[in-house]
Amino acid sequence: MMDFLLILPVVLSLLILIISSKLRYYFALFITLYVSVISSIPAISLLINFGSTPFVFYIFSTEIIIDNLSAFFMIVTNFTMLTGMLFSKGYLQPYLSKKSSYEIAIHYCNYLLLHVSMLLVLVFRNGFAFLIAWELMAVSSFILILFEGEKRSTLKTAVNYLIQMHIGFVFLLIAFLICQSETGNISFDALKIYFANHNNSFLFMMFFVGFAIKAGFIPLHTWLPDAHPAAPSHVSGTMSGVMIKMGIYGIIRVLSYVHFDLYLIGFFILLISAISGILGVMFAIIQHDLKKLLAYHSIENIGIIGMGIGLGTIGLGINNPLLVMLGFSGALLHVLNHSLFKSLLFYSAGSVYKNYHTHNIEQLGGVIHKMPKTAAFFLIGSIAICGLPPLNGFISEFLIYLGLFKGLTTGTFHNSILMLLAIIALVLIGGLAIFCFTKVFSVVFLGTSRKKMENEVNEVGNDMLFPQLLISLAIIAIGLFPMIFIKPITIIVSGLFKINTDSYILSITDTFSKIGIISITLIVITGSLIILRSKMLKKRKVNYGTTWGCGSANISGKQQYTGSSFANNFSDIARPLLHIKKEYNQISENEIFPAKRSFYTHPEDVFKKTILKIVDFLMMILKKLARLQTGQIQHYILYAFIFILLIFILMYLKFI
Amino acid sequence: MISFLLILITALFFPGIILRIKSITSGRKGPDILQPWKNILILLRKSSTFSSTTSYIFQIAPVIYITTIICAMLLMPFAGYKLIFGFNGDFILFAYLLALGKFFFILSAMDTGSSFEGMGANREALYSMLVEPAFFILIGTIALLTGYTSMQEIFANLQLANHYYFIISIILIYLLIQIAMIENSRMPVDDPKTHLELTMIHEVMILDHCGFDLALIQIGTTLKFAIYGTFIANFVIPVNLPIVLQLSIYFSTQIIFAAIIGFLESFRARKKLMKNPQFIVSLSSIALVAFILSLLLLHQMLK
Repeated sequence: MMDFLLILPVVLSLLILIISSKLRYYFALFITLYVSVISSIPAISLLINFGSTPFVFYIFSTEIIIDNLSAFFMIVTNFTMLTGMLFSKGYLQPYLSKKSSYEIAIHYCNYLLLHVSMLLVLVFRNGFAFLIAWELMAVSSFILILFEGEKRSTLKTAVNYLIQMHIGFVFLLIAFLICQSETGNISFDALKIYFANHNNSFLFMMFFVGFAIKAGFIPLHTWLPDAHPAAPSHVSGTMSGVMIKMGIYGIIRVLSYVHFDLYLIGFFILLISAISGILGVMFAIIQHDLKKLLAYHSIENIGIIGMGIGLGTIGLGINNPLLVMLGFSGALLHVLNHSLFKSLLFYSAGSVYKNYHTHNIEQLGGVIHKMPKTAAFFLIGSIAICGLPPLNGFISEFLIYLGLFKGLTTGTFHNSILMLLAIIALVLIGGLAIFCFTKVFSVVFLGTSRKKMENEVNEVGNDMLFPQLLISLAIIAIGLFPMIFIKPITIIVSGLFKINTDSYILSITDTFSKIGIISITLIVITGSLIILRSKMLKKRKVNYGTTWGCGSANISGKQQYTGSSFANNFSDIARPLLHIKKEYNQISENEIFPAKRSFYTHPEDVFKKTILKIVDFLMMILKKLARLQTGQIQHYILYAFIFILLIFILMYLKFI
Repeated sequence: MISFLLILITALFFPGIILRIKSITSGRKGPDILQPWKNILILLRKSSTFSSTTSYIFQIAPVIYITTIICAMLLMPFAGYKLIFGFNGDFILFAYLLALGKFFFILSAMDTGSSFEGMGANREALYSMLVEPAFFILIGTIALLTGYTSMQEIFANLQLANHYYFIISIILIYLLIQIAMIENSRMPVDDPKTHLELTMIHEVMILDHCGFDLALIQIGTTLKFAIYGTFIANFVIPVNLPIVLQLSIYFSTQIIFAAIIGFLESFRARKKLMKNPQFIVSLSSIALVAFILSLLLLHQMLK
């Protein structure tokens, strides 16, 4: 029976290729709903009952296990995939006339396959089954990115994505094979045996690199800022929201089996995450492309999640259950939070793109007057991603902060310094995120428009606003009632790492109920003050005029601060770390009446440049080697002869 | 709740004292101590003019600015007395609440589409980002000294924690005064009395606010000063004194703090804008020195 239930969605998603184009969306929505419901039932029942016994069943004699950790990630996946599907209806509307019916069908088919493959990644414990699901995930998302494949840049990006995913795949494959050669078994459970008897850090590093490419840790992130903008908005929302989290899932899953070297591993993860967080947001600030900017913020948030994981692992290493609980709970909650606010931001950016046909923030402006609801959703997303109260981002960052401060006060000398540096990193990430999102929101949505639009722009339809409303409600709920969400997460963590956290639950409950009360107070006071203010203003005469312009009444949109000028004082300070190419010609001395000028900035990713340099070097060597390939059969026979001779000599000298 | 009321009372006189000191040092008699509040009351009664480029963000931002400050006041402890809202890590919420207010404040400035206000907004965003680490290292230092992570417990135990406290507290109080000056856009970084829009930060951001909204912003700024004054007072009020003495120490600290600001602003020139980031980052490094110092002292003591 279970076999049938699980195979059905795969068959149905292939059926979508032949269904009539009118019904196609509803059919796809139905399958998404079906998959979500069928997988959420065991997941939710597991999390509600706090049951520690995982569900185990078999399809085609392959073991499927749903434990607390899988269940948590499954719910996150289902919610985001569902909102993405809802959003796609409105977003793909203009493409229906441009694209052939088959292209749309293939898109939906792959969207469903991505959903199914992610769920399978979460439930398979057998190494080969896991890798197949992992591969299916990479390929289906590759085709999703390729949606606008007629653009050359998109094609290039997608192929780049596919190659990088396979590099990650090779690392995972080798890691599993090492495990098999030592234990005779290829599964996550075999890792437990391996880690108990062998050097831990090496195999963990293999897994970490494999998973980190998917998650987008710097310097393995180079696919991410290209792939997210290239994909349609609902796909970038789901890819950034949940797909990169599969890497996080893998890291946590492997960590739960690691025995030794935990302090060292934790230190390493904390370090690389802090770097990812800070550099991610620094790269984000200098971007002009709205979706690229959001993609860099994914790297930043992966950094924050990683800092939670690193803190928790250090806690495991020094045997401090409080740090384990705060670190991993913060990381897991941030996984959920990021999936919410990042998909929300990508969706509302998609709404803007649908109406303005540009991602370049320098050409937008004053969008709030045309699309007030979209602006409100983007604002909610911005506050949440900056980690500001009273929304959800604050709660998860708070958990990690609290863990770091606890580590500071209880730790040893080295530990205290490490924790303080991590705190500084987290503070910087928060501050830079605020800098970045005040820039994006104000340049895109506030002020007046910078470019003349040909036709009138209106708010997007309700079908696109509804999924954003759903996500916003979830964001607010987590912010105002954090305890409801933290409790199950602490239970997942304590079950996964077999620690006893009961003694800390009381103080955590107290802390978060007070945060909830203050958040509600904040909203109540704000609400009542706004009412008071509007009553006061109603009695008085309110005037409207132009913005004060130093006596000049002729204000145009060109005088506003642009994204580049807002980021200018920051990029001045951070110049050694960032590469920004400026393109302009200076005013010469004898130019009395300056001619018309333009000014462009091109931000570049330092890591991408470095990698390209290495690739260029390899290409140079390979080109020289290519001379051997003459195309004449005699030469090849000669090579074979030399090779045999070489082996003969080596054997004679007893080297092999 | 004590600190909440105390901050309200202090805020009444705080701006007046600064103004008086500045007048006296420049050889004038100066206005009534309550004059700044009289000005605010006038503003509260005035009607408003809004820029037609602005949106709802501009209208709600001043309200959010002041509510975040009121909520932050709820978290401020007083001399180790039990606080209703005290919890582990409350200072994180404190800092992030103030950041939320700033977030909306920056947005409201950008909402006008004015080139001046954009300038102020991006300076404010940069400076508040740069000053944040210094505050957190400072909190980290006192958390380390006491071993607690809520402000109320930290201040209840700070002076008793160890006898090196007084050495370190001098650095910490210096830092707090500087942080307070930056957070409130006062002297070495920003001058509220300057009349050139290009060189202002905070004042240039409120060019288009008027009437009720402007009053809210000014009340907020005054309260924020009083909050930082209370913060400093917590460092110096001994926890085991009778409350009357504690209150008198509290008020004299606040008066001295206001006087220091008045004197600093009278005799100190504003820094070049280009030098500001350097100055602000240097505060973090001083804080880092204080942290390392206390870490070393603590480990020496335990041995």
